[in-house]
This record gives sequence, C-alpha cells and structure tokens, in this order.
Amino acid sequence: MPVETESRVSTPRQPLSDGSEWTFELIDRYDREIARVAAHYGLDTYPSQIEIISSEQMIDAYSSAGMPVGYHHWSYGKQFLSTQKNYQRGRMGLAYEIVINSSPCIAYLMEENTMTMQALVIAHAAYGHNSFFKGNYLFRTWTDAEGILDYLVFARNFVADCEQRHGEAAVEELLDSCHALMNYGVDRYRRPARLSMAKEQARQTEREAYLQSQVNDLWRTLPSRHTDAQEKAATRFPAEPQENLLYFIEKNAPRLEPWQREIVRIARKIAQYFYPQRQTQVMNEGWATFWHYTLLNHLYEEGKLTDGFMMEFLQSHTNVVYQPPFHSRFYSGINPYTLGFAMFQDLRRICEHPSDEDRRWFPELAGSDWRSSLDFAMRNFKDESFIAQYLSPKLIRDLKLFALVDDDREDKLEVAAIHDDAGYRTVRQRLADQYNLGNREPNIQVAEVDVFGDRTLTLRHTMHDRRPLGDSTAEMLRHVARLWGYPVRIESVDQDGVARQVASAG
Amino acid sequence: MNRLVDRRLSGKNRSAVNRQRFLRRFKAQIRRAAAEAVSGRKVSDLARGEKISIPAKDLTEPIFHHGPGGRRNIVLPGNREFISGDRVDRPQEDGGGGGSSGGSPDGDGMDAFVFELSKEEFMDYFFEDLALPDLVKKQLATTPEVKSTRAGFVSQGNPSSLHVVRSMKQAIGRRLAMAAGPRDALREAREALAELTARGLDASPEADALREDIAALEARIAAVPFIDTWDLRYAHRVDQPTPSSQAVMFCLLDVSGSMDEDRKNIAKRFFMLLYLFLTKRYERIELVFIRHHTVAKEVDEEEFFASRESGGTVASSALELMHDIIVSRYPGAVWNIYAAQASDGDNWENDSSRCRELLLHDILPLTQYFAYVEIEATEPQSLWHEYEKVSAASQRFAMQRILTLEDIYPVFRDLFSKKEA
Repeated sequence: MPVETESRVSTPRQPLSDGSEWTFELIDRYDREIARVAAHYGLDTYPSQIEIISSEQMIDAYSSAGMPVGYHHWSYGKQFLSTQKNYQRGRMGLAYEIVINSSPCIAYLMEENTMTMQALVIAHAAYGHNSFFKGNYLFRTWTDAEGILDYLVFARNFVADCEQRHGEAAVEELLDSCHALMNYGVDRYRRPARLSMAKEQARQTEREAYLQSQVNDLWRTLPSRHTDAQEKAATRFPAEPQENLLYFIEKNAPRLEPWQREIVRIARKIAQYFYPQRQTQVMNEGWATFWHYTLLNHLYEEGKLTDGFMMEFLQSHTNVVYQPPFHSRFYSGINPYTLGFAMFQDLRRICEHPSDEDRRWFPELAGSDWRSSLDFAMRNFKDESFIAQYLSPKLIRDLKLFALVDDDREDKLEVAAIHDDAGYRTVRQRLADQYNLGNREPNIQVAEVDVFGDRTLTLRHTMHDRRPLGDSTAEMLRHVARLWGYPVRIESVDQDGVARQVASAG
Repeated sequence: MNRLVDRRLSGKNRSAVNRQRFLRRFKAQIRRAAAEAVSGRKVSDLARGEKISIPAKDLTEPIFHHGPGGRRNIVLPGNREFISGDRVDRPQEDGGGGGSSGGSPDGDGMDAFVFELSKEEFMDYFFEDLALPDLVKKQLATTPEVKSTRAGFVSQGNPSSLHVVRSMKQAIGRRLAMAAGPRDALREAREALAELTARGLDASPEADALREDIAALEARIAAVPFIDTWDLRYAHRVDQPTPSSQAVMFCLLDVSGSMDEDRKNIAKRFFMLLYLFLTKRYERIELVFIRHHTVAKEVDEEEFFASRESGGTVASSALELMHDIIVSRYPGAVWNIYAAQASDGDNWENDSSRCRELLLHDILPLTQYFAYVEIEATEPQSLWHEYEKVSAASQRFAMQRILTLEDIYPVFRDLFSKKEA
C-alpha cells in the first residue's frame, strides 16, 4: 500500500522505549500499540489476559501441557522433573510463551525476558495465536474457549474427590489407562457438546444413574435363552465400528463404577480439547509467527521501535524459523514454525506480487487482497488441507523438499519426487498426508463385543500401506482390558481384508 | 482491552504434588539408585541431594503407534543431490532422522531418565533402608539444638520482651525533638515579655498577645506525650544452632579376606549413621580411619574401603593404634571420642581377650561410645564372647550382629535414646 508507506517514512522516529528492561507501564504501552496495529490489519481476537510469571512457574505450566489447572498425576511430575533438569543445566531455554485457548485468552510472559521478547510474545501469543483460536473452524467447532477453565476446575475437584473416596492408587491406575488411550478419545467427525461447569455438575449425578442403568440394560438382554443364530446376528454389538475408544468404554464397559466412567469422560473431554491443536500445529504457529513478524515490522516502520529492538527481535525470530536440512544432526523433523511462517509469507507474496507461475497455480489468489485471503486460509483449513491447498512450487524449491519412499520390500529407499516441475504435486500431496493424523496414528476401532460369550472386546486395526503396529501394543491392550474389565484382543486387517490377531490381554 | 496480571508471587511449586506422585510410583527404582549412590559417597558426605538416574524404558507412557515396516512416505527438507528416481541406501539408524512420521513414544531413544533428589528426600531413602524409628529420622534430618541469643532491639515484638530502659531512652529523645521548636518560641516570647515589662508596658496589647502565645506554647509542650507507642523497643532474640563442640570418630574396619563388597557396604552405612548422628551434636568432627588385618594402619577414606587383604586377623592391633592416636592427638578433655568397629568376627584366638583388656582399661574410659558390629558372621566367635563381657561391664559399649541393613540401627539405640532424654 504505497500511500501508507509514504506516510510512514515521513514519521519521525519516536521509539516507545530504549533499553532491554521491561516495566508494567512499558508492557502496557507496547500492548496498546500492538493492539492498534492488529486492529489496523483486522485481527479478530478474544480479550486476553497477559500474566507475568517466573521461570519456576513456567516450568510448572510446561509440565501440565499448559493447562492452568489440572488434576494430579505422576506423568505431570515426570514432565516437571525432566523440564526442570534440562532448564537448570541450561540445556534448553524455556519457551518464551505459553498461550491457552480460553476466553479470556491467557498468555504467560516470563519475568526474565527482555522488553523486546515481551513485545514479541505479546504479538505472537496475545494477537497471533489468540486470533487463530478465535477464527479457525476446528477450534470453533471442537473447543469451547469460555467453558474450558471451569471444566478443568471441575475435573480437578472431581479427581481429587475420587482419590479421597477410592484411594489414590485406584484413580492413578485408571488415569494411566485413560492417558494411554487419549488419542483414541476424540470424535473425529461428530461435533461435541459445549462444556459448562454448572451443567456438568448438575448432570453428573443424573448421568451416573442413567449410564449405569443403560449399561446394565445392555448386559441384561443376554440370558442364555438367546441362542438363536438369527437373533445373534441381529444384535451384533456395536452395530457400527466405533472410532472413539474412550467414548465406547465410558458408555458400554460393563464393570466400571459410575465415578470411573466420569473420569474416562474427563480424559476424553481433555483429549477432545487438544485435538484441534494437534491438527493445526503448522498453521497455528505459522499464523502467530507471521503476525508477530508483520506487526512488529509495521511498528518499526512507524518509528516506534529502535534499531536495537529490531536486531534482538530478528535474531530471535530467525532462530525460531530455522529449518535444519535433513542431513544435519540438528534435524528433528520439519519445523512447524518454518513451514507455517514461510507459507503465510508466501501467500501474501502471491497476493501482492504474483509471478506467472503463481498465476498458473493460484489463479484465484494472485492479485487478491492479501488480508482477506490469509484470513480465509486461517479460518477454513487444518494442516493437512492447508498444505494441500497452498504449498506453492516456489516454497517447495526454497525449502528443497523431496519425497522418499521407504518400503520394507525394497532394499533401498526411493526418491519419489523432488522440487521440480514433475514433482511439485507429489511432494505437496505427500507432505499434506504427513500431517494427516489419520495416517500418523494407527487406525484402530472397536469392531465387536462378544455379547453372548465371554464379553471379549475386539479391536480392529486397519493397516495402511502394510504398516504394522508397534511394540507397545501388548501393553496398550492391558490398559484397554483394565477399562473394559473382560478380555480384549486386537487384529490387524491388511489391504486384502485378511484379519490376523496381533495381541490379546485380560 | 488486554489485562496485565502479575502472577509471580502466586502459586509456586504447583508441581510439587505431581512430583511426589512420580517419586512414589517409581519408589523401587529410585530406592535402588539411591542405595547405589550411598555406596559411592564418602562417610562424611551424606547430607546432600543426589542425581538419580533410572532407566527410561521403565517410565514410558505407552500409546498405540506404528512399528517399523510397511511402506512409508517421507517428505524431507534440504535436498542436495537427489533427483527423482534415485535409489539410496537406508541410513544406519531406523527412520533416517525422518522423525516426521510422528508418533514416537515418549522418551524413546534415551537410556536414562535423570533427575535431582533434594537432600531431605535422599536422606529419607537412606533412612528407610536402615529402618530408623521416625523420631530418630527427625532428629537426624533437622538441625537440632538451637540456642536463643540476643540480637539487638526491634520496634515490634511480644509485650513480654518489652525493654523498658530502651523504650524510655527512645521517649526522651522523641520528647526533646518534638518540644524543641515550641520551647525556642516560648523562650523568645518570655524574653520579649520581660523586655516589655521592664519598659513598663506590662498592660499593653502586645504584652497580652505575648501572654496568650506563652500560654498556648506551654500547653503545646505539655501535650507532648510522655511515652508513645513508637517509643517502645523490644529485645530481639534469634535462634542459633549450637553444635556443642568437637568430636573425633574412629572407624575401625577389618579388611581380612572374608570382608567382601557387600559386607563393606553394610559397614559403610554403619559408619555413615554414626557420623550423621555426630554432625547433629558437634560443630567439628574429625574422622580417623583405621584398617587392620594382622597389623593396623591409619589410612584415608579411599583406601579404607578400597581393597581386601588376605591373611589372618589381629583385632587388638587396631585398638592399640587407636589408643596411641588418642593419646597423641586427641586429649580427652577437649575431644569427644566415638568409635565404630566393623568386623566379620574372625579373630586370632588368643587375641580376643587382649582386645577386652584394651577396651576396658585403656579405651572405654576415654571414649563416649564404642559401637561394634559383626557382619554376617556364621557363628559368634571368640571376639564376640569377649566383647559380651565388655558390654556387660560398660554402659558405653554397644554391639550387634548384623545380617541386613535394618539391623544397624539397634546398635545405636542407646546413643539416640540418650539424646531424647
């Protein structure tokens, strides 16, 4: 926008602050300025609450997956110990920020940060992530920002109450099993009900009674006179395969006590809450990084930031978006910050300065208003579809992406496609698949319960590209069996539809 | 508008409970690691935290994940020389750094999970092995006796520690300061009045005004309180730990062929426990290590636990050496002397009675406490029988046969119960 650029240039330099010390007044001033610029770009955000915390508190927050309240469990203690150790030895810096998808959106700033870092974090978390939480369709559908904090409080109190009544050991065992199955505690297609603490509490008693009666009902229909084969076939249970293992267990496990069902439900709800984050890591981080970069650069052009500020900011920004090549010993997967940031930058470039190639690949984007195009992309995609839709040939070249095939029937790896004309589409599709949670996690569903026999629960693993289950399967089945209360078996079905039992327990 | 909240002062240690849960869950592993750590430490170096390392595979949280095999598509960045259709060897390690396929279980690829135990936690594990009574654990783990000492005066405190003289001094100062201005003004007013009177203008309006001023000033001076709350001073006392004085601890160890690693480890804990007890009572503790087989030798700690020697045992050699050292270096009036002797009970037959003589006549009169343990001895032998006579004759002598770590404590029971009294 040339008009704006001119007016910015003519503005005299009046930096907000000079030096690295922060004060509450300064943070407030920076926040106002950033809010002004964010509004200028049309970012729509939840109100946010910026909390200053110490590094110990940051370690605490870290160890509970960023949740401000959580029930007690040893695994959080383990996380705490390893974070604390790494931090004390200086092996890792703490993340500069943690942001919680709630309304108000809570962003943590560490007191050790310099003013520059605080401003960076405010722009990144309180405006970047925040607007993503508010705008993206997955978060809008799956999570309830207003209800989550209350629900977490309810969950913590409920778990603590169960510990009192039934003993810590019993609750811990149950939570272990629930945690193990958390990735299979989400509805991938159905939309969940909204969370609300008041409703949860009011309904809990009612639900306990109702659930128990339902469960009993299911098993009461099985006296031995129902041996008729037709009837057996008619009452196949469950009628359809069930993808949500924890939901199935909560509703149907014969031997769970009401409080145990409630805890399974809590684990399931929390898994559901984190589900969108797992599906939008690249987009979410990319979006937040794009906006801290854009907002702070805008402020710099207005003369509100000093050169020293920008040097520090850019150094930190560059570290965040560094992508080591695959042969580097620092390589540990594709950096979601790099990929996401580069994609949003690239998107803006395509809108503002499209090349002929871009016009061929993205006719509807080239030359459009970049703000509305980016906004549309942020709202309506998840990592998988975002990459499939928007990864441009130029970016594939810049990142030098290439696709490998690792087939255990071949003795060598094959390079399927690289960053050339013939390979763009393949690379793009494969990279998108890589972010498909359905491909990353084994596809396991509840297939059948032997309602007329020994109540064995059968899980079915549908193999994808002949990939087998890992070595944790036997242990996992023990967890499922603990919840189910009766034997559990799992079978893998290959491409030809042949089922083979992999493990059993209970 | 965004809200800015300072949370730094609220809610520290939120993870403390979870940490405790973790420690409890892996108690067995941690205990094993702590026991190893104790063996690696010096006798005098027990009271500090420890880095504990337990195998990471014991504490993974399982999830369903893919195993190796099948057909995988991987997209990697940073291509250098590959072109489409190239076939390359598999890298050595599985996956070739292609962590992008996700789902690797927590902690995978790490051998050990390492974390710090605090001093208190570490001591707990140490005590647990020794089956110490809770009261004793508490004594050993906390800083014991404190003496309350004067530490100046403070402006706030308990009425019972009100310091009257100090408070009155304070009040005098305040009264002087508060009345100084009015007093000056009063003096001037009186002088002026006297002058007026001298000039015979006693009844003039000025004189009346002055008299009014004088009355007001006098009232003001009189209104200065004699004593006020901020004059009050209280004697301040602080608690200071007071280990009473100095002690020397003799560690006597039989290093003849039959003392293997396990027995030495038990002996080491025996020495550690006594040392720990002494640190709570004495400001300064010296350690003397004497090892013996047929001859005794004073050594440093490394050598003390280091090697075994073959051959017979003459326990009296160690006692003689100990006596010599006491006489030459630790005069009894200044030093509290403690001794701990560990042996497998094996001794040269004729030497045992000599040991008894030495103890009864030369050593026990000089020492506070002498503890003897016989570790995993099959049958009590001559030394045991002779020592039983010593034990009967002296209150300062304690002895115990030890099979496991839990047996160590009883030998010190008297020592600890004395302290309780």
